[in-house]
Amino acid sequence: MSTSISTERETFRLSMLLNDKRYRSYTFQFFALLVLICIIAYLGKNLVENLAKAGLNISYGFLEDPAGYDINQRLIEYNSQSSHLRAAFVGVLNTLLVAFLGCIMATVLGVTAGILRLSNNWIVAKLMTIYVEIFRNVPILIWILIISSIFMGVLPQPRAFRGENPEATMLWDMFAFTGRGVYTPGPIFFEGSLVVIGTFLLSIVSIFAFRRYARRKLYSEGKVIKTSWISLLLFFIPTIIVFYALGSPIGLEYPELKGFNFKGGIYARGSLISLWFALSIYTGAFIAEVVRAGIQSVDKGQTEAAAALGLRSNFIMNLVVLPQALRVIIPPMISFYLNITKNSSLALAVGYMDITSTLGGITLNQTGRAIEAVLLLMLFYLAISLSISAVMNVYNRSVMLKER
Amino acid sequence: MKKTVFLGALTVAGLAAGLVSAGTLDDVKARGTLNCGVSTGVPGFAEPDANGRWQGFDIAVCRAVAAAVLGDNNAIQFVPTTGKTRFTSLASGEIDMLARNTTWTLSRDVDLKFDFVGVNYYDGQGFMVKASTGITSASSPEIDGVTVCIQTGTTSELNLSDHFRSIGMSYEPLPVESGSEAVANYMAGSCDMFTTDRSALAARRATQEVPTDHVVLPEIISKEPLGPLVRHGDNEWGDVVRWTLNALITAEEFGVTAANAEELSEGTNNAEINRLLGSEGTMGEMLGLDADWAKRAIMSEGNYGEIFEANIGAGTIIGLPRGVNAMWTDGGLIYSPPFR
Amino acid sequence: MAENNASFVRHELIKEQVPPVSQRGVVKWVSENLISSPFNVIMTLLSLWIIYSIIVNSAPWFINGIWDAKSVRECYDILDGVSGACFAVLKERFPQLIYGFKYPPTEYWRPNTAVVLLLAALAPVLFRKLPQQLLGFSAIYPFLAYWLIWGGTPLVPVIAFLGLAFGIYCFRRFSARSFAFGVVIAVIAASLFWVLGGYLSEANGTFLALEAVPSRDMGGLMLNLLLGTIACSISIPLGVILALGRQSNMPIIKWICVIFIEFIRGVPLITLLFVANVILAFFFPPDTSIDLILRVIIMMTFFNSAYIAEVVRGGLAALPTGQYEAANSLGLDYAQSMRLIILPQALKISIPGIVNVSVGMLKDTTLVSIISMFDLVGMIRGPILATSEWNGVYWELFGCAAAIFFVICFSVSKYSQWLERQLETSNR
Repeated sequence: MSTSISTERETFRLSMLLNDKRYRSYTFQFFALLVLICIIAYLGKNLVENLAKAGLNISYGFLEDPAGYDINQRLIEYNSQSSHLRAAFVGVLNTLLVAFLGCIMATVLGVTAGILRLSNNWIVAKLMTIYVEIFRNVPILIWILIISSIFMGVLPQPRAFRGENPEATMLWDMFAFTGRGVYTPGPIFFEGSLVVIGTFLLSIVSIFAFRRYARRKLYSEGKVIKTSWISLLLFFIPTIIVFYALGSPIGLEYPELKGFNFKGGIYARGSLISLWFALSIYTGAFIAEVVRAGIQSVDKGQTEAAAALGLRSNFIMNLVVLPQALRVIIPPMISFYLNITKNSSLALAVGYMDITSTLGGITLNQTGRAIEAVLLLMLFYLAISLSISAVMNVYNRSVMLKER
Repeated sequence: MKKTVFLGALTVAGLAAGLVSAGTLDDVKARGTLNCGVSTGVPGFAEPDANGRWQGFDIAVCRAVAAAVLGDNNAIQFVPTTGKTRFTSLASGEIDMLARNTTWTLSRDVDLKFDFVGVNYYDGQGFMVKASTGITSASSPEIDGVTVCIQTGTTSELNLSDHFRSIGMSYEPLPVESGSEAVANYMAGSCDMFTTDRSALAARRATQEVPTDHVVLPEIISKEPLGPLVRHGDNEWGDVVRWTLNALITAEEFGVTAANAEELSEGTNNAEINRLLGSEGTMGEMLGLDADWAKRAIMSEGNYGEIFEANIGAGTIIGLPRGVNAMWTDGGLIYSPPFR
Repeated sequence: MAENNASFVRHELIKEQVPPVSQRGVVKWVSENLISSPFNVIMTLLSLWIIYSIIVNSAPWFINGIWDAKSVRECYDILDGVSGACFAVLKERFPQLIYGFKYPPTEYWRPNTAVVLLLAALAPVLFRKLPQQLLGFSAIYPFLAYWLIWGGTPLVPVIAFLGLAFGIYCFRRFSARSFAFGVVIAVIAASLFWVLGGYLSEANGTFLALEAVPSRDMGGLMLNLLLGTIACSISIPLGVILALGRQSNMPIIKWICVIFIEFIRGVPLITLLFVANVILAFFFPPDTSIDLILRVIIMMTFFNSAYIAEVVRGGLAALPTGQYEAANSLGLDYAQSMRLIILPQALKISIPGIVNVSVGMLKDTTLVSIISMFDLVGMIRGPILATSEWNGVYWELFGCAAAIFFVICFSVSKYSQWLERQLETSNR
C-alpha cells in the first residue's frame, strides 16, 4: 500500500501542453499573445501601407505651428498666433471647467431630487419622479440641443437692453441674462488682495483644525464642544476685519452694455451654460435614483437601533444612516462624474470650445492630422478618467465596509 | 482536400481584391456607382429635396462625372460630409471625389495630398448683418467687440482671425458645426454677424423670411476658389474629373446645351465642338472613356451656364449674379483649356 | 338572580363610526400628504406653481399647433402672431424622420415587418413564461431581419444561417473531446461552409430577391434602432467573454481584457466614432473600403461590450465562491463549469444591468449625427433644418425626437425594473 504521493517530476511530453492543466494555460496564453501580435502587426502594416499610398506620415510637428484660429472662451492667454498645442490646452481647461461645474450642480440637483422623491408630499414626489424619468430616458445630445435652443430663443439679446425704453433690464443692475450668456459682476483685485485671500484660506484651515480638535476631545474625554458657532465666526470675522483694515482691496466690476455686448464682469457664455445645464440636469436624474436607492437601502432597524441607544435624530442621520447610505451611493457617483467628463465632449454640438472642439475639431480640420489629433484626444480623456477613478477609489476604500 | 479548397477560396478572394484596386476610374466602373462627397446641405449648392434627391450646383458636377464615366447621372452614392470628415473621407478612399464648396489652398493641395481639378465657383468670404444694426462696413471701428457666427472646419475661420488682426479690433467668434445652425444662431441674435463665402451668404439671405432685413457687407476678405478635388497621385481619375468640368465650361463657351448636344454631336463646322462631342478625334479614348462621354456629361444637367442658372442664378431664389464667374469671353474668370 | 341578567358586558359590537372629517377621505389625504408641516405647505405651493406655469406656457403652443402647412412661413401666416407649434413639419417629414430620406418609400413595409418580428423574437428572451420553443424563431430572426432590411437574395442569410448551424453541429459533435478542439473545428467548418456557399449565393443573386438597399441609405429612427440592436446583440457575447477573461487567472489574457475594457470605458464614445469615421479606414487593407455604418457598428460594439463586461463581472463577483468550488469538486472542467454552473447564475443577476447598458447604448446612437450620419437627430439637424421651408422649427422636431426616445427607453427601463422584481422574488 503506497499512499505516498509520487514526488519525482514527470518527464515533460509535448502533449502535456494541451492536456495537462498546468501547462495548458501557458499554451493558451502563448497563442493569445501570438494572435494579438499578429493582429497588431497586420493593422500596423495596413496603416503604414495606407499612409505611404496617401503620401502621409505621422508627425506631431503640427502642434508647434501657429493655430490661426481664435477661441472665445480662454482661461489662459491665447491668440490666433499661439500654437496648436496651446489651443489644445485652452480646450483642456474648458473641458475641466464644464466638467467640474457639471459635477457640482448634478450632485446638488440629484441629491435634492433623490431626497424629495422620498418625500411624503405626494405632489413633490410625483414631480420628481417625472423629472427623473423624462431626463433619464432621452438622449443627452437631444437635451443639449433643446436646452441650447431654449437658451437662445427665450432670453433677450443684448440689443434688447439698449435704448430709452429697453425691452429687458438687468437684474439689480448687476446681472444680465442674455441669449448669448449670463453676465455677472466680477471681482477686481487691488493691492493687498492677496492678504485678504490668504486670511480667508487660513481661517478655513483653522476651522478644520478646530473641528478635529473637538472630535479628539469628544473621543478621548467624552466632552462635547459646540463647533457650529465658532466655525461660523472663524469663517467670517477674520476675513472681514482684514478686508476693511486694508481699505477694501477687492472690488466688484459690473457688466455694462458697450457696443454689441456687455463688457466687464464675468461672462458665462451661452454655450457653456447650456452644456453645463444639460449635463447636470441629465446626470442629476441618474444621481437622484442612486441617492434614493442608497437611502432606502439602509434598514429601518438601523435607525431604530440607534434611537434605542439614545442618539438624537441628527446623530442618527450623521453617524448611522449617512455612512451606510454613502457606501451604496459613492461607487455609482464616481462613474457619473466620469460620465459628465466624457459627455462634455458633446460640446461641439453647441460650439463650446472644449478639447474635442479645439484639438479634435478645428485643429484636426485645419491641419488634416486626424490620426495624431484623435490619438491625443483619446489619451487625454483616458488620463482624466483614470485619475478621477484613482482618486475616487481611494475615497471609496476609506468608506468601504471593512470585510474581515 | 478541404484545406486546398479553403486556401483556394482565400487566394481567389485575395486576387479579386487585388484586381479591384487598379485605379479609381476602374473602381468606379467596376462598382457601377460614383461615390461623391457633398456637404450636409447648403441651399442652391447641395441639398436633398423632399423626395431625397440631391440637387444643387455642386451636385451637378457629380452628376456630370457620373454621366461621363458610367452613362447614368443617377448612378451616384452621395456621401454627406462635414467640414471635419470631408478630407479624411477622400483620403481613405471612402469617396472618389469631393464636390463640396472646398477652397483650393496650397496646404490642402500639397500637405493634405489632394488634387484640385479646377474651379467651378470663384468666391470670397463676406459678412452678413441685420440691416437694423446699421453696420455698413466690416472694417469700420464701430464693429469692435462684435460677435461673429462661423462654421467650424472651414478656411473662413482662419480668414476671419486674420481680418480682425489686420484691422486691429477685437471680436468674439461663435463657432457652429453646420451652416444652417450658424444661420439659426444668427437669426436668434446670438451673434451680430454671420461670415462665410459670399455665395453661401447670398443663398442663406435669400431663404430668410424678409431677405431685405439682412445686408451683405461690401468687404471681401479672402479669395475662395471653390472646386471639386480628388486624391493626389491617381492622375487618370483626376484627368477624368478635370476634363468633365472643362467640358461643361467649353460647352457653354461654344453654345452647346443639354437641348442641342444630341443634334450637334452629329457633326458641325466647328472642330472644337466636334472634338468635344466626340465626332472628331479620340479625346474620350485618351481619358479611358468612350467618345460620347462629354455629350452625356453636358446632357446630364446642361452646360456650366445652364447649371449656374438653374441652381443659383438670377432666376432662382438664391439669385446670384454671374460676376467673376462669367465666361472669360464676357470678362469673367471661367476659362477652360482647349479640347485638342 | 334576575339582576344578574343585567349584563355589564356588551354582547354586540358598537357599530363602526365614521371617522371625523379631518381623518378621512380627501381631507386626511391632503393634510397628510400635502400640508403636514409648514415646509410641506411651501413645497406643495411651489410644485403647484411650477405645474401651473408649465401648463400655461405650453398649452396654447400645443393647442394652436398647425398640422397643415407647406412651410414654416405658412405656419406663421396661419398663426398670425399667436404662439403655436408648427407640427406640419412632422406630418410632412414623418417618413424621413423614421426611415431616413433615401430608403425607397415602396419598401417601408420591410423595416416595419422587421420591427414587429423583432418584438416577437425578443418575447421568449424577455418573458421566461412563454414557451421556450419560440427561441428557435429568435435564432432565425437576425438572418430574416437582414434580408428584410437590406434586401437582396435570401440565399445570403440562409447560407449564413446554415453555416452557423453546421458550425454548431460540429461543435456538438467534437466538443466531447475537448471544448477548445470543438470550437476550432466548428469555426473552420462554418467558415468553409460560408466560403463555398458564397459562390452559390453570388451566382444566384436575383433568386427571390427583394430590392437591395445599401447601408448608406438607412436613416432616421431606423438607423438608431439598427445600430442599437446590432451593437447590443453582438456585444453581449463579447462582453461575457471579456468579463471571463478579466476574471481569468492567466495573466496575459487577463491583462489584454483589462486594458481593452479600461481603455474603451475611459474615452468618450464620440472619440471612438471619430476613430470609426476618420481613422479606422487606415487600418483596413489598402483598397478595401468598409462601409461607414459597418465601421460605426464595430466601434459601438466594442464600446458596449466593455460596459457589458463590467456588468457581467459584477454578476460573476456576486456569486458565492462555493459555486465555483462546487463546480470544481464535481470534476467539471473550466468550460463546463462556466457553461453549466457559473454563467447561468451570473447572467441572471446581470440581466437588469445589461438591459440598462443597452438602453444607454440606444440613446448613444444619436451621437452618430455628429459624424454626418443621418439618424433621427442627424435628419433633423441636417436635411430638414437646412431646407428653406423648415429652417427654424427646432422645438417641434427635437420635441418629437425626445418623445420617440422617451417612449422606447421608458418602456425598456420599466421592463428591466419588472425583471428585477421577478428575480428578487425567485431568490427568496
